Amino acid sequence: MIRVRLPEHLRTLAHTESEVELEVGVPATQRTVLDTLEARYPMLRGTLRDHDTQRRRPFIRFFACGEDLSHEPPDAPLPGPIASGAEPFLIIGAMAGG
Amino acid sequence: MSGVRLLVGTKKGAFILTSDARREKWDITGPHFAGWEIYHLKGSAADPDRIFASQCSGWFGQMIQRSQDGGRTWEPVGNKFTYDGVPGTHQWYDGTQHPWEFKRVWHVEPSLTDPETVYAGVEDAALFRSKDGGQSWQEFPGLRAAKGHLWQPGAGGMGLHTIVQDPGNSDRLYVAISAAGVFRTDDGGQSWQPKSHGLKSKYELPDPEADVGHCVHRIAIHRSRPNVLFMQKHWDVLRSDNAGDSWQKISGNLPSDFGFPIAVHAHEPETIYVVPIKSDSEHYPPDGKLRVYRSRVGGNEWEALTHGLPQSDCYVNVLRGAMSVDSLDSCGIYFGTTGGQVYGSFDSGDTWTPIVRDFPAVLSVEAQTLP
Repeated sequence: MIRVRLPEHLRTLAHTESEVELEVGVPATQRTVLDTLEARYPMLRGTLRDHDTQRRRPFIRFFACGEDLSHEPPDAPLPGPIASGAEPFLIIGAMAGG
Repeated sequence: MSGVRLLVGTKKGAFILTSDARREKWDITGPHFAGWEIYHLKGSAADPDRIFASQCSGWFGQMIQRSQDGGRTWEPVGNKFTYDGVPGTHQWYDGTQHPWEFKRVWHVEPSLTDPETVYAGVEDAALFRSKDGGQSWQEFPGLRAAKGHLWQPGAGGMGLHTIVQDPGNSDRLYVAISAAGVFRTDDGGQSWQPKSHGLKSKYELPDPEADVGHCVHRIAIHRSRPNVLFMQKHWDVLRSDNAGDSWQKISGNLPSDFGFPIAVHAHEPETIYVVPIKSDSEHYPPDGKLRVYRSRVGGNEWEALTHGLPQSDCYVNVLRGAMSVDSLDSCGIYFGTTGGQVYGSFDSGDTWTPIVRDFPAVLSVEAQTLP
């Protein structure tokens, strides 16, 4: 079970609590987590990744276990505590503005 | 009992203002989609309780929302806008070619007759249509074939911001794009022609014969005379009496002919409204006075409408999508400002009342006349 924490605007859009739990295959990666998330909440398609390229949107960031994983390859295995559900996978709207 | 529903898009959400036909007391709901930019909302003429909204965010991209109950509840529908084929390039600010990239939906335009059909005008400029109530979208590539490689963004981006349907001819549509111009199709969107004869943009387009590149801010028609179009261009207010084939300047005695919106009275096809703005470098009203100008003779002769509007120290703007009219017997005119006010006049513009004063910056106002 993987725990995914969503930013407020996406919680509202998907009508969820701040954290959702997903059954994700092994190994869990950014791509499999996001694929599973979008399958359960189709309205999130296009909000995190570009529809066509599947690249992360510029102001979306992924954090886990105190690290910024945003620039990690999407098929790299996530850290063990994420895969085990001990720590949440955080989807963050980057600070942007001034 | 008949009434009016105002659909107000703002920088931080959508609001719905509803009144009975007296328009004295307004019920306000919102913000819907709080925190998101709502470029535009519009209800279907064929099913007034069906409303489409363009919801976007610099973080999370584009959403399209649809309501089936007059805006009480909403559901997200399709948000995938993929250009047809290889998107190609358009002109960039420095004169080089730049890839076409989808950014947002500026305008949603439900079909006049079919509640399942809706058009979307997007940035980078293109026209899409959904025939399944907004679930899926297909581009009309023939529009960008009209010299799209020469189109260039205006300061606000290269948005297709205006879609006008000919009420008597479902094959004829007009669109306006900043800064590409106005285009017309007569075959349901398959092919398009620039309609620029008579437009002059000497500072932006030194070539007087240029047929694309004009910064058209808004066009409007009256249902009873679809061949008569009115235009607020970057500079100049104009009209066409032949479906856009040629344009004549009608700025007349306006204090400035720079501005964004233009609207036509619901029952008087020669009565038109604009909001003069000082200049393209100072986006506020001349002399700090918020004045709507009305012509009752189709242009050239204008009168300032000031009663109820701030006449000193007012430095708001009125954006291109932020003026609309209802079609009650005594026509209501509405506009929203970047300062968050929505004003209404229920006597064709003679007097104005602030319906709300403290919304976020208003991006669009659409008036629906309810049966």
